[in-house]
Amino acid sequence: MAAPLDTVAHASTDPDRQQPWAELGLKPDEYANIRELLGRRPTSSELAMYSVMWSEHCSYKSSKVHLRQFGEKVTDEMRERLMVGMGENAGVVDIGQGYAVTFKVESHNHPSYVEPYQGAATGVGGIVRDILSMGARPVAVMDPLRFGPLEADDTHRVLPGIVAGVGGYGNCLGLPNIGGEAVFDPSYAGNPLVNALCVGVMRHEELHLAKASGVGNAVILYGARTGGDGIGGVSVLASETFEASTGSTASGPAKRPSVQVGDPFMEKLLIECTLEVFAEGLVAGIQDLGGAGLSCATSELASAGDGGMRVWLDRVPLRDSTLSPEEILMSESQERMMAVVEPDKVERFLEICRKWEVDATVIGEVTEVTEEERAAGGRLVVEWHGEVVVDVPPRTVAHDGPVYQRPFARPAWQDELQADVAEKLPRPSAGELRDTLLRMVASPNLCDRSWITDQYDRYVLGNTVLAQPEDAGMVRVDEETGLGVALATDCNGRFAKLDPYAGAQLALAEAYRNVAVTGARPIAVSDCLNFGSPEDPDVMWQFAEAVRGLADGCQVLGIPVTGGNVSLYNQTGETAILPTPVVAVLGVVDDVRRRTPVGWTEGQELFLLGTTSEELSGSEWAHVVHGHLGGLPPQVDLAAERALGDLMVEAGAAGLVSAAHDVSDGGLAQTLVEGSLRRGVGVQVSIEGDPFVGLFAESAGRAVVAVAPENREAFLEAAGRHGVPVTPLGTTGGSALQVAGVLDVPLEELREAWTGTLPAALA
Amino acid sequence: MKIGVVTFPGSLDDVDAQRAVRLAGGEPVALWHGDHDLRGVDAVVLPGGFSYGDYLRCGAIARFAPIMTSVVEAAGGGLPVLGICNGFQILCESHLLPGALIRNDHRKFVCVDQRLRIESNRTAWTSAYDEGQEVTIVLKNGEGGFVADQETLDRLEGEGRVVARYLDRNPNGSMRDIAGIANERGNVVGLMPHPEHAVEELCGVGTDGLGFFTSALKALTSA
Repeated sequence: MAAPLDTVAHASTDPDRQQPWAELGLKPDEYANIRELLGRRPTSSELAMYSVMWSEHCSYKSSKVHLRQFGEKVTDEMRERLMVGMGENAGVVDIGQGYAVTFKVESHNHPSYVEPYQGAATGVGGIVRDILSMGARPVAVMDPLRFGPLEADDTHRVLPGIVAGVGGYGNCLGLPNIGGEAVFDPSYAGNPLVNALCVGVMRHEELHLAKASGVGNAVILYGARTGGDGIGGVSVLASETFEASTGSTASGPAKRPSVQVGDPFMEKLLIECTLEVFAEGLVAGIQDLGGAGLSCATSELASAGDGGMRVWLDRVPLRDSTLSPEEILMSESQERMMAVVEPDKVERFLEICRKWEVDATVIGEVTEVTEEERAAGGRLVVEWHGEVVVDVPPRTVAHDGPVYQRPFARPAWQDELQADVAEKLPRPSAGELRDTLLRMVASPNLCDRSWITDQYDRYVLGNTVLAQPEDAGMVRVDEETGLGVALATDCNGRFAKLDPYAGAQLALAEAYRNVAVTGARPIAVSDCLNFGSPEDPDVMWQFAEAVRGLADGCQVLGIPVTGGNVSLYNQTGETAILPTPVVAVLGVVDDVRRRTPVGWTEGQELFLLGTTSEELSGSEWAHVVHGHLGGLPPQVDLAAERALGDLMVEAGAAGLVSAAHDVSDGGLAQTLVEGSLRRGVGVQVSIEGDPFVGLFAESAGRAVVAVAPENREAFLEAAGRHGVPVTPLGTTGGSALQVAGVLDVPLEELREAWTGTLPAALA
Repeated sequence: MKIGVVTFPGSLDDVDAQRAVRLAGGEPVALWHGDHDLRGVDAVVLPGGFSYGDYLRCGAIARFAPIMTSVVEAAGGGLPVLGICNGFQILCESHLLPGALIRNDHRKFVCVDQRLRIESNRTAWTSAYDEGQEVTIVLKNGEGGFVADQETLDRLEGEGRVVARYLDRNPNGSMRDIAGIANERGNVVGLMPHPEHAVEELCGVGTDGLGFFTSALKALTSA
């Protein structure tokens, strides 16, 4: 028997009904607030909408007060290329020649722990739709991943599924995967991080925004049918209040999967179909359906435009005809979009959908709102078979959610952690450095990633100029002019644990450097802030410090944060993950033919740029050899990073460097190994001072460059002009990595150590 | 010379194949799965991708697309047809080529730069190569394991219809390391690796794949 429908009329006649707000995750004061906003109790459908839209995931209620800094600390220089800033589906930046780029990184951590393949797959799907809904053609994806220890059983459960899910979805969409990260640390054992980035390209005039404007315009839902997947709290609604509900039996509530199931084929059709309706100018406003599904799309569109919205919810095409209105509003079924279309363009819109075999249904219209209604936050009315089940000011759903000033305080243990420095740990003798090197290159965080990345298509679309294991991914945007973009994502969570402010800046610095060494000029930032529970003042302090560090850092580098994502509650029991503010930096390169690759060729001179200090705390060496985490992270000097970046961009464009590789995790040793193995060309170098520090310290702001002898003078002149310290290292050639008086290892031996780890562990 | 590239729902490398045709000196023509019209093209490429999501056997639905009726008919008349990856699967499902392609033996999707040996240059799509020439082009597939019964394999070998073979390592469990085969007449070729990703130095792996497209253009010019 169907549950009795709860309508707005009903809410007035039965004002005191008990409602399952607590089970839906709302706090007492939040529920009281909803009642006050509406002047009555919410209907069950309204309660469903508010509960998902006021969730941490959708409302950013714990993080909002801190994230404001990204807007407040924006300078004119940072605004120069910014076409759309934070708050839209994704930020948009001008890359010149009439092109704009939009990019964003998002998390899908918890679903990927529950169901690795689908969790990761739908993470890719969601971020791709965000990019698409800005009017852009998605052109590449990346996947920053974090796992528990490589040898842990659960890592063997989640890693293969997550990698296959990222690949399965992205490959089937035809988007090249051009890079990412895979980091192993015990703190992620019960809480892997699956972050996904997508970048899209459009012409300036193709920009679209999520707003419902133009009274009488049609609201079209298109793409996949709506099913019962991805409904978090609805089983609660069904069981607590509504005696019998969909799919339930007399003995218990409906059990529906809370992880969505992806259909990349449908998403591919959705992309092509959407780009075609954009191209014909048929779209007045558009929004993708992601977290919170129709609740989110309708309330955000209706609160952004100049009109209200009326939705006939019973017209929504369903996969399961027994779904209740509450479930339809909350469903997170994938591969759906919502467009606002002028009446005379509806027929053509539907025709294009038919061409791509995509279901499209007019489910609503943009309505007129009175001045009074506008002041109250607009008006969104949802009908179910002629009865009104939702009648709310959409702004109150989408934007007026609770905002928390969560208490935060520097953890009591922070001083002790910082006092326990890695610089005091026993170090290898000169004779042991060779073994240390081999152990380091084979360690999980430094070894070859091919086992993962060979499962991703990096070639599709034919514009991939650089992909992993390069420092940044690079794709060509214009075949004629060679205009392109480069992207890198980075974060060392250990550094962030030692000092979240500096750690966030180090992540920013590394991503910035990785983009710059390819010859691309960094222009914008997106971030995915993965932290533990905001209800823990220690974690909240880490979050606040990281955001402050990132916002301050962006100011020094002169590049804005254009959008991003916050993922909280990443912890196992009481133990939070390492604070992991993943930073993505986007760069623009005027001619991709001038890009600088990682691997060097024979007969080049090698130089180390930047300054090396005795900085071992938080390093990969301390982690691998001693399982140690303590001390202070490396010093970060963003002005020096900027100078290094300027030099690399200038030298790249002038063709002065033939190869370049950033120095970060694993220190100079790892840089030399990777640069040598890339093309199988060795090096003969000598290191000033303590060779152990020289090889394994992780001081920031450094890169190794290979320069042809004839370009030496010009390069050194440029470096001097930019104030970048240069240390000659030696030359390239041969088939071994030789450090004078310290070690001499054949590349084949290094390759064997470097490539063996992941296949052996994951076979 | 016009070379048509068919777009099925879920085709992914169609734009890449068009670019390859252009870089080889031909004129690419976009063909739509729902049409019967081959628009007067001189050859057809069935590109890579996941037609209809490949949720059933790969290529099993695409073979019923209206355009395939025209392609099968024209192939019977000698029209050069190249099926790449998913296109190869569609050619097998359409019975233009023998055998089938099954899930990789290691059960993972694989994307690598693959060395191949061109075993036959007596096809419309490989005449620009030397027999025995070694080339490197991109391989990427989830279901690229070529299988056929022993008799069919022997016949393919005996008639010189194995077009390319994997070198160094077998990336997907294909029988006898087979990467590509041809029909008896040599106008229809199925290839699991992706030559369209090896047509310019900048993107992809070198230019070894260009020969597949120049071969067809050469065959058309001399015909």
